[in-house]
Amino acid sequence: MWQFFHKLGSPKWFFGIAARLMPWLLAGGILLLVAGIVWGLAFAPKDYLQGNSYRIIFIHVPTAFLAQSVYVMMAVAAVVTLVWRMKLADVFVKSVAPVGLVLTFLSLFTGAVWGKPTWGTWWVWDARLTSMLILLFLYGGVIALDRAINDEKSAARAVSVLVLVGVVNIPIIQYSVEWWNTLHQPSTFKLTEKPSMPAEMWVPLLLSVLGMYLLFGWLACLRMQTEILLREQRTRWVKDYVLAGRG
Amino acid sequence: MHPIRKKRLTIVLFLLVGLAIAVGLTTYALRQNINLFYDPSQISEGEAPVDVRIRAGGMVEEGSVVRDPDSLMVEFRVTDFNASVPVQYTGILPDLFAEGQGVVAMGRLDNNGRFVADQVLAKHDENYMPPEVADALEKASKGQHKASDSAESVSY
Amino acid sequence: MAFDSLSAFWVMEGHGPYVWSCYAAFFLLMIGLMVWSWRRRNAVIEACRRGIELKSGQQTQQAATASAASFTRVKVSQD
Repeated sequence: MWQFFHKLGSPKWFFGIAARLMPWLLAGGILLLVAGIVWGLAFAPKDYLQGNSYRIIFIHVPTAFLAQSVYVMMAVAAVVTLVWRMKLADVFVKSVAPVGLVLTFLSLFTGAVWGKPTWGTWWVWDARLTSMLILLFLYGGVIALDRAINDEKSAARAVSVLVLVGVVNIPIIQYSVEWWNTLHQPSTFKLTEKPSMPAEMWVPLLLSVLGMYLLFGWLACLRMQTEILLREQRTRWVKDYVLAGRG
Repeated sequence: MHPIRKKRLTIVLFLLVGLAIAVGLTTYALRQNINLFYDPSQISEGEAPVDVRIRAGGMVEEGSVVRDPDSLMVEFRVTDFNASVPVQYTGILPDLFAEGQGVVAMGRLDNNGRFVADQVLAKHDENYMPPEVADALEKASKGQHKASDSAESVSY
Repeated sequence: MAFDSLSAFWVMEGHGPYVWSCYAAFFLLMIGLMVWSWRRRNAVIEACRRGIELKSGQQTQQAATASAASFTRVKVSQD
């Protein structure tokens, strides 16, 4: 087990695994996401109360869900960076932070556009919306802090601490709709209960969430490869790889 | 595990636990400010300040909506099935506004315990269903009412 | 199909602008992010390759003329 853990820390080993996984992640991700979205947009029945505006859920939930789970993954990687000083964990945090930023922005944007026809307002300062906005700033802060520090090792530690401090926001986002009075409705998917929508609505939603996960995996592999190449450009294997790719 | 790593892990865990406690206490202390709105029970118990801009939220009571025929003025009662508060509002209501639906109104509480709103937002729940299913459910519940009504009349 | 016609699908009973602007933003940003990440990786590979070739070219030159040491700056896009 420990050997696997150490192997995982080797950038060269990861680079090869990522290259092999990426075509599957990309194809599967696009397939599931497109299937979920087409199903949700054109074939799922409309909602009795909100009509067709609820169809925004098929991208709102995947982006919001991923935005939070990417942050949790970053927090795990931050612990690994701080405790085991594993380089690959730091590469992960640095590579996926911009992806998380885009996902958080998209979930806020789609939420606002959905809120206008249903609630009657684009924005309201309730606990769910505000904590999600804080998540956007956290992603922005992680990216900015990483760029502000030139030394790779100090940047990795500072960023890890910031990521860990911010992780308390995640349960707040998750439970805000239960702990406080909010305008935002409670979650549709709960771990312990059946989803509060019929199958012809939640199956496409599940497909698009899974598709987003795979697509995120592809983006993470691609961006980590880039970061590894930048950091290891003086090593023998990168030289071999770069020259081989040319022929 | 290496002792240095163990030490680092303990520091990280302490950091997280301390932070969680700090944030938990802060949000607990601020819970009334984090709540978006007062519910009717809180208002009737006098917890909500009078003549300060606040939000009130709850369900629109069935059969309580009275529309003024000459203007956009609407009056309705907001309830949490425990207490209810009369609300007065002039303006265009959101599409989802209906009796039995959730609303959040922004405005001031006057001295008579009436809530004068200048903005009304619709609040919906997490249940989604196709219109046919909703109709069927409504019919079923009405049928049940009828059944129980007739059962009652039989027992009389 | 939940809609009778393509135009009904487009209008979505008046909710069309909301739904379609959300999906437009989603596809624009996601595809943009994917293309940008892909191009950036290729740019980094290209930059590495050029750096290596420059160095090896210099080494052969150095061997031939035994000229003084020079510094090469490898330019890599950081964004």
